Parts: sequence; structure tokens; C-alpha cells
Amino acid sequence: MTMIIFKAILYIILAPLIGGTLAGVDRVISARMQGRQGPPVFQPFYDVYKLLNKQTTVVNSIQVLFVTGYLIMTIFTGTLFFAGGDMLLVFFALSMAEVVMVMAAFSTNGPYSIMGAQRELLQMMCYEPMTLLVAIGFYYANGSFMVNDLIQAKVPAIVQIPGFFIGFVFILIIKLRKSPFDLSTSHHMHQEMVKGLTTDLSGNNLAFVEIAEWYDTVLMMGIVGMFFLTANPISRVWALIACAVVFFLETLIDNLFPRVKYITMLKVTWSVILIFAGTNLLILNVLK
Amino acid sequence: MATAVYVAVQVLTSGDTSQFVYLEHTHIPDMIVIAGEIFLMGLVCFLSIKYKKYYAIIFSLVGTIPVLWMDLTGRAVEGNTHLRIDTFAAVMYLIVGIVGILICIYASGYMKDYHHHHTDVQDRSNYFLALMFVFLGAMFGLISSDNLGWIYFFWEITSVCSFLMIGYTRTQEAVDNSFRALWMNLLGGCGFAAGLLYCNLNPELMISNLSQVTQSSVPAVVIVPVTLFAFAALTKSAQFPFSRWLLGAMVAPTPSSALLHSATMVKIGVYMLIRVAPVMAGTLTGIMITVIGGFTFFAASLLAITVSDGKKVLAYSTISNLGLITACAGTGTTEGVWAAVMLVLFHAVSKSLLFQTVGDIENCMGSRDIEDMHGLIIKLPRLAFIMIIGICGMFMAPFGMLVSKWAALKSFVDSGSVWLVLFLVFGSGSTLFYWAKWLGKICTVIHQSFELEDITPRSEMVSIFPLTSLIVIMCFAFPWMSGHMIQPILDEAYHTSIPDVIGGSDVIIMMIMVAMVFMIPIGSRFLSIGKNSKMTMSYVAGVNAGDDRHYIDSFGKERALYMSNWYMTDYFGEKKLLWPCIYVATVLVAVMLIIVVGGAF
Repeated sequence: MTMIIFKAILYIILAPLIGGTLAGVDRVISARMQGRQGPPVFQPFYDVYKLLNKQTTVVNSIQVLFVTGYLIMTIFTGTLFFAGGDMLLVFFALSMAEVVMVMAAFSTNGPYSIMGAQRELLQMMCYEPMTLLVAIGFYYANGSFMVNDLIQAKVPAIVQIPGFFIGFVFILIIKLRKSPFDLSTSHHMHQEMVKGLTTDLSGNNLAFVEIAEWYDTVLMMGIVGMFFLTANPISRVWALIACAVVFFLETLIDNLFPRVKYITMLKVTWSVILIFAGTNLLILNVLK
Repeated sequence: MATAVYVAVQVLTSGDTSQFVYLEHTHIPDMIVIAGEIFLMGLVCFLSIKYKKYYAIIFSLVGTIPVLWMDLTGRAVEGNTHLRIDTFAAVMYLIVGIVGILICIYASGYMKDYHHHHTDVQDRSNYFLALMFVFLGAMFGLISSDNLGWIYFFWEITSVCSFLMIGYTRTQEAVDNSFRALWMNLLGGCGFAAGLLYCNLNPELMISNLSQVTQSSVPAVVIVPVTLFAFAALTKSAQFPFSRWLLGAMVAPTPSSALLHSATMVKIGVYMLIRVAPVMAGTLTGIMITVIGGFTFFAASLLAITVSDGKKVLAYSTISNLGLITACAGTGTTEGVWAAVMLVLFHAVSKSLLFQTVGDIENCMGSRDIEDMHGLIIKLPRLAFIMIIGICGMFMAPFGMLVSKWAALKSFVDSGSVWLVLFLVFGSGSTLFYWAKWLGKICTVIHQSFELEDITPRSEMVSIFPLTSLIVIMCFAFPWMSGHMIQPILDEAYHTSIPDVIGGSDVIIMMIMVAMVFMIPIGSRFLSIGKNSKMTMSYVAGVNAGDDRHYIDSFGKERALYMSNWYMTDYFGEKKLLWPCIYVATVLVAVMLIIVVGGAF
């Protein structure tokens, strides 16, 4: 029990630090790919620090409620995962947090916010099947939904569920808001969406959303690592390498592809999920 | 009805749960049943001729006459129990008793308003209320009966009652829709009658009771009547290809939709399926039923994205959820049945609340279109909050529906049904989309918009408040419900004890989640988060004219601005998707009937 609490507290303290650094690394790598110098690695922290000290203007007070809820629920989701909870429950909590964020955007009644919110919902519709399938895939591989049991596996899960891994890496593009599928927020500035989902947020609220996304990034990387973890401690090195490779890959994709239309996103993601994860599931079921 | 609820509570609290009653003097009730069947047949024939829809007569005659012949010529198997009151019946009593009575209370206030708004419709509200009580009575009868002949009689009463309720307004549309409901349900009734005859007349079976069907000692040929019963259940539960009658049922006044969709009509179908679930485990029938259910879940949730009529979204969502329940029951595993019963419970409460609220919103605003619910939280805050709780109950994480979905997922994975897992995960994606965008419309805060007058009468609130609190209470009480209501059902159905479907540590986490959801609004109220922030208008890439709904363009003119939800009709529209889905499902049903029933001869 103390171990669980210790892990949870460790996640709550370390995750924003790791997540923020990752965001900074992402910006540096992107800049280098485009032949720019780029900002310092710790730039995201400076940004958020500045945001926290600025005056917060709000469109309505319900918005604040939703954004705070989003932050709390995202932290809760991550804590649940790193403390060794149930994978399915983790994903349910994750989509709950996302819905609350979308409600924050809806409540403003701003055209860009609402457009962002609709697109965010569509993105959720795209990746929701895959996140649930990942939990099911782990269950097939190791016979449990509990993260605690899954990391005690004898062989890494990737051996049995490579299709799920490909599918998950694919939807990470949406989850980390990377380019072909960054429909809802348009992380690259000066585009048709202004800032989509977060257009009508400022100061504290925007900082909260940033921090929540850092937590989220760490959670996603944790799930990537899960595919490689076994009872053997050396597997942790492999997991870390895998996370680094996947993160680099996402940044690369971000810089390679222009944004697509929503219907393309829906078709492509659902086909990828169906082809890779679906086939994998079918094979597992036959072999079982 | 109070008696029924009392009986249910007695059954649940007493240790001895399975009561079979054999009535000695059944000659008179039997005669009443026969007379009732003849009366129903006559009524259907009369109305069919009156409205020139002669096809309904055929279905009615085909279903009723063979059963009458069997009863009157003494070929029916005698000497078995007539009534059965066990835990499952008690749970159903609770649903029908509590939800049903609340809908009746609601109806008494609603019909007055309804006729106030619809002056062209002849006021027959007494007749309407009487029908509702007949309906609920038939429900109680059906749940308590163990004799298949009696079940068939109550089955037909509900079909005819729903037909009369849908046709209440007597407009052309209502008449068409009611006859559609009638023929589909009578077709299901024919299936039931065929199953009933087979049970009684087949020398290997000689069964007259539902409880005997599910006993372990029956010969394998019992799968034939079970398939026929399952077919009947598909029509009642409005699975594809029979979904259109439920969509048409919207034309009736709201209380009847609430009654048909949540507590009664559609629940009979899944009630039958859950009853026969142990027999279906691992058979072709079971597989086909799960596939049809899973397919319905997915297809109906896609269709729900594309409609903006509030009641229609609810109708599709009902079909979709019933698909899930059907699929769960079809797996025949203990976890599947657990999930199915949980879904039945949560769905009944949430859905009747949503229908009633939509009905009230329609009375207040004159429209039930989701687009018109823009900014409802400002216009009608009380109804909006109730609506939010209802919608959250349908799809958000810690609430009941999702818990059951989770159990369903586990049961599908364990039973190795890959296609079903895929249907379920993709279906949950689209389910999330259509509920969340509706929720978003409600949550939108518009500046300079004023509260409308909330004209919801007290009698309706008397019904709505208990339902709302029931959703919240059921969130907290679900471990208890699992232990005291669902576990005994499984023990009775499978005669074995099974381990807990959802483990202890998960329950604690779920409780934390529920608490969190409720803490957020309460916390924000007392902590004054955001109360001292500077207020501003939303960003419209121009000068906001002050109400978030107009902006001043580059020529200095004021222009209106409106953000509609996404419906994606080009991709999943009803025109595009509905008929293909019906064809696919028809083929599935036909394959099931031909292989299983045809294979027996």
C-alpha cells in the first residue's frame, strides 16, 4: 500500500517535469529539422510560468470549472496508471477528462472554440477504439487488466501484440496533437483554427491545460513502455529506448505531413486500427 | 403497483428466492386467457379493416389461431407451475413498478400540457392513461408467468397496447407508424407462437413452462424453440432489421415513448433473451444473436450521430443499447448475463429520465431539436442540469452504463468473440461522439440571454426528481446491487456460484471517481475559483458585438454568427446507412432461422 502511494506521489511530482522537458525537446528537434536554432529546452516551463503570472480573463465561470476539472482528472488518470490500476479504467477516466475539456470549449460559445471542440470530439471518436483495444490486447497477452500484473510478464507484450503497438503509435499522433491530425488545436500558429479548443482560454487556465497535456504525454509514454516491460529489470532500458524512438518518430511525422481533412482522419485511423489491431486480435484468438 | 414493489423487496431481502406457484383451479384464468386472445385478434382485425391495412390481420391470425387450437383441443401440456417469482422477476418488478409508476405520474401532468399545445388532436387522455395501466399490468403478468401460453397472451397484449398508444393522435403518420409497430411485433408474436407449439407438441420436449426450457436435463432439440423465442425477442427489442417501429414510435406523446423505450416494451425482449441465455451459450443461435446485437449497437450509434431531433437521438441510442444487451445475453456466459441485467437497470432509469426531460423542454421551448437546445443551461437551468445528469448517466465514466459496458467488454473477450469486441470498441467511439456533442450544446453559455419561463408542472417534477436521484444513487449502490440483485439471478440461472465480476480495488477507485465528479461543481461553488477573474467576450476574429452571437465585419455591419453541431449526414446519413443495415440484419436473422429451425427437421 505504501508502495502504491509512493509511486502515485512520484508520478504527480515528476510527470510535469518530464512532460515539460519532452515538450521542450520536441520543439528543439522540430527546429533542427527545419534548420532553425529553436528555443531552449526548458522554454515550455518559462511559458507556463509566465502564463501563471498573467491576468486571467475568462468568458464565463463555468469554463474555469471545466478546465480545473480537466487538470484534476488527467492527473488522476495518470496516477491510476502509474500506481498499477486497471487499464480499462485508466482509459475510461482518460476519456472522461477529455470530455470535460471539450465542455470547457463548448461553454465559451466562441466560433473557434466550438469548432475546435467538435473536431476534438471527432478525434476522440477516432482514437477511442484503439485505446480500448490496447487494454484488451494486454489482457490477451498476459491475462490481466491490472498494470501491476502486466509489468511482471515473462515475455514482453510486443511479441504477441505488435499490431496493437502499431495502432497505438498511430493514434498517438492524434493524442499528442501532431501534424496530420492536429485538427482541434492547430499547434502550428496562424492557421484557420486560431488555437481551436483553447482559443478562449488565457492565463491560469491556459497554463492548466498545458500542464495537463504534460501529464498526458507522460502517461502515453508509459503505455508505450508497457509493451516492452517484463519482470526482468533490463527490459526497462528497452522500454526507455522505445519511448525515445516513438517520441522522435512522432516529431518527425509532425514535420513531414500537412494537416488532413477530418473525414480522411476518420477513415485512415479506423482502417489502421481495424487492419493492424483487428488482425492481431483475430490471430491471437485463433492461437489461443 | 405498490404491491408489486413490496413483493420485489420481500423477495430480495428474504433468503428463499425461487418461488414456483402451482395454481389448482386454473380453468377460469385459462378461459380468460383464451377469451382475451380472441378479443385481441378481433380488435386487430377490426382496426386493420378500418384503416385498410389488411396485412396485419394475417400476422394476427397466423399467431393466434394455432395456439387457440392447441388450447381448445387439449393438446397443451398440463400440470406444471403457472407463476414464477424469483430474483430476476423481482428486479424486473422494481424496474416496471418504480419507473413505470413515475412515468404514469408524469403522464397525468404532461397530457394536459400536450393538449394545450396540440389543439388539433382530440383529447382522449383518459383512454391514454388507461392504456398505460393495461400495459403495465401486462408487463407484471408477463414477468410473473412461467406458463408459456400465459406469457404469449401478455406478450400479445403489450404488442396491441403499444400499437394503440403510438396511434393516439390518429394522424396519417401516426396510423402508418402504429401499423408498422403492429406488424413487426405480431410477426415476433408468430415466432413466439411457433416456439410455444413446438415446445408443447414435440414428443421429445413436452414442455409448457419457461423455467423447464432452461433446465439442464432437456434434450438438445430445445434450441429450436429457444431460437424462435429469441427471434420474437429481437422484434420486441427493436433490433435491426426490426428497428423501424421504435423510431416510428416517436410520434406518440412523450410518456408513451418513455414507457416503450425504457421500462416496458423493449425490455420484454431482452427479458426473454436473458431468461434463455444459459441455453444459448456456445450454440449457433447464441453466436447469431450476439452478432445481430453487436451489429445493431454499432450501426445505431453511427446513425445517432446524424440526427438532430432529440427524441430520435434517444430512439437510436435505445436501439443501440438494446443491441449491447442482446449481445451480452447472447454470449450466455455468466459475465454476459451480469452485464446485461446491469445494463437493463441503468438504461431503464436514465432513458426514461431523458425522454421526460426532452418532453418538458419541448413544452417550454416549443422544439425538441438539439440545435434549439443551444445555451439551455442559461435558458432553463433546472432542466438543463437534469439533462446533463441523464446524459452523463448514459456514457460518462463512473456512471452505471459505462460500468456495465466494461463488464460486457470483459465477457466478450473471455468468450473469444473477436467481432463483438471490435463492434463494441468502435461503437463506444461513436456513442461518445453523439452524446458529447449534445452535452456541449446544453453547456454552451450565451451572454445576454435570459432565462425562459419554466412551465414544467409539479406533477412532472415529482417524476423527474426521483429518477435523477436514482441515477446518482445507483452509481454509489452498484456494488450492493451486484451482490444482492444480480448475483442471485446468476445463481438461479446457472445453479453455480460465480466470482465477483468487478473486483474490490476497482470498486474503490470507481467510488473515488464518482466522488470526484460530484466534488468539482460543489468545490467550485465554495472555493470561488474564477469568480475574481476579469470577464471578457469570446474571440470571433472580429469585433464581438456583445452577445457572442453577432460580430462586426470589416464593412462595419453587424453579422449573425451561429455554430451548429456536426452531423456528417454525407457519410453516415439515415438515407445512406439505414436500409443497408436492415438488409444485412435481415440476412443474419434469416440464416439463423433457416439453419437452426430448418436443421431440426
